[in-house]
Amino acid sequence: MYRYDEFDHSFVQQRTNQFRDQANRRLSGELTEEEFRPLRLMNGLYLQLHAYMLRVAIPYGTLSSKQMRRLAYIADKWDRGYGHFTTRQNIQYNWIKLEDTADILEALAEVEMHGIQTSGNCIRNVTTDHWAGAAADEIADPRPIGELLRQWSSLHPEFSFLPRKFKIAVTGAPNDRAAVKVHDIGLRLHKNAKGENGWEVMVGGGQGRTPMIAVTVRDFLPEIELIPYIEAIMRVYNLYGRRDNKYKARIKILVHELGAEKFRSEVEAEYARHPAQTTEVDARELARISKYFALPALEKQSRFAPHFEDAKFKNKDFARWAKNNLAAHAVDGYTIVNISLKPEGGIPGDATGEQMRVMADLSERYSHDELRVSHAQNIVLPHVKLEDAFAIWEQLVKANLAAANYGLLGDIIACPGLDYCALATARAIPVSQAISRKFADMDTQEKYGPLKINISGCINACGHHHVGHIGILGLDKKGEEYFQITLGGSSGDKASIGSILGPGFAAEEVPDAIEKILNTYVKLRQPGEEFLAAYRRVGPQPFKDALYAAA
Amino acid sequence: MSIIEKGQVMTANRLRDGDVVFLTRSGAWDLAIDNAVLALEPQAAAALELRAKADEKATLVTGAYLFDATRVDGKIKASHIRERIRTLGPSVRTDLGKQAEGTAGAFAPVDA
Repeated sequence: MYRYDEFDHSFVQQRTNQFRDQANRRLSGELTEEEFRPLRLMNGLYLQLHAYMLRVAIPYGTLSSKQMRRLAYIADKWDRGYGHFTTRQNIQYNWIKLEDTADILEALAEVEMHGIQTSGNCIRNVTTDHWAGAAADEIADPRPIGELLRQWSSLHPEFSFLPRKFKIAVTGAPNDRAAVKVHDIGLRLHKNAKGENGWEVMVGGGQGRTPMIAVTVRDFLPEIELIPYIEAIMRVYNLYGRRDNKYKARIKILVHELGAEKFRSEVEAEYARHPAQTTEVDARELARISKYFALPALEKQSRFAPHFEDAKFKNKDFARWAKNNLAAHAVDGYTIVNISLKPEGGIPGDATGEQMRVMADLSERYSHDELRVSHAQNIVLPHVKLEDAFAIWEQLVKANLAAANYGLLGDIIACPGLDYCALATARAIPVSQAISRKFADMDTQEKYGPLKINISGCINACGHHHVGHIGILGLDKKGEEYFQITLGGSSGDKASIGSILGPGFAAEEVPDAIEKILNTYVKLRQPGEEFLAAYRRVGPQPFKDALYAAA
Repeated sequence: MSIIEKGQVMTANRLRDGDVVFLTRSGAWDLAIDNAVLALEPQAAAALELRAKADEKATLVTGAYLFDATRVDGKIKASHIRERIRTLGPSVRTDLGKQAEGTAGAFAPVDA
């Protein structure tokens, strides 16, 4: 199970004590807001529309039941009984008081948690595939490499004041679930003919106001070279990345302005300048870290699960949930349970303290004490016996956590939007709720097949609208909310940025527009063809015609 | 005919807990927008700014700024949806925030 080091333990404790002192000095007036702001942000504390917001890091989205219970405790004691799981695999609390924050950080530190690297122009906490260590298609668990990068980057003095924030995502599976091509650096594991691990290094992807797909700078970087090579990338960025304009400061702009070839040659030149490789990956250290992520001892199971099959036969609702929400596990007789945090009409990613405790209990009893947060704002129980799936489902039903829409239309990503966020230009959640209600019928959702609807409440794209099959972006037109629709985005293996279809819509028009798009798809799809594939085959025109046909 | 007055309201977040507050005629910070003073002239707005700056220094509030609003039949309506949401709480959780605590503004985020 993931734990942090003795070193981390002492520095998180130090950081908590420092924050208590800083907060007290702020409250007494010794520190101005200007002085205090960067200090609170370094610990994940933002000021939002209605209160302070605390963002807690969940490295690799991996949680123990004890940690999940602590998150529930914080929600109940210091917030309003709930938290919001984010597209960065973190959790945010919306109603935090400055005067309570040091106590909250203390409570987090007791379970090896904190808000470090969740804000500021540093290397943010690393994200990975939420099925890491469990997925049937995985080459190797990407989390040890994520942790290696995390240990190297935490408080790294050279990379603590970058031109802008910096996000790294890692996948160890050929099917990309970590959106590596829309991160500042994406890493994808490959094995060569000799069976050695090497990493494809992609740089300069991102969303926000200038969405871009990352370019590959190395196809197969030997694992041992990973840190020194990324160091070279960071140095090129630190040197050439723009600091004069916040909107042009991300590495994607640099890669784009220099061109992929020139950028690559700059990185290679920088890399060649440091042949000593003092930071080369130490095999013993990697082995030590890997132990934190060792697969739990899974008892050998039969591939045939009679109780599971019987339950599916007898209970249609369970059968549907099992079909949509379970994923193939690497070990026979096991499954990955995806708990959708998207009930009909619900707020994507929100969970109450009570729901968190239910999920914690289920993980302790059935999933080797492990939970994951996915970037699609769902929760995963990664190591579950198929034979236990029905018992889990029964508990989930009672806790309103059994939505059977995983990967379907109802599994919408939405940022907090203007309901909470100080940066937002429009509300994302109500649009998500309206769509969720309109298409509540599960037969309808299954008819439309795998679908990603992603909604952002501003151009910063926390709701990943650029990579939604259907993306919705909320904007402000003279004080009124309106919504742009994009089609054809994907964060998967063939990542793509969606294209704007045409003029925007008022909030109440969006669900009908989505229906027109989907009905157009149903009419033109070939047998078995998913929405994204159909869009890529026919292009935007049929959808434009359907949406904007003269009345 | 209702009388509509146009002006500006001074708002901030209370430092210790982040609550949204509005500056009143008496110079206090109040949770409800309807208790706010509406500055009808630039001089009045400038006075509010001075007061807010002093209170930021005195660690009462943080992030103070003026926003446009109108007074309609004695109730203050923020011109922009963002500020209307701040006078209420999240529109998707009407059980939380000012709208649930008796300090709500009188205007919905979007006119019905």
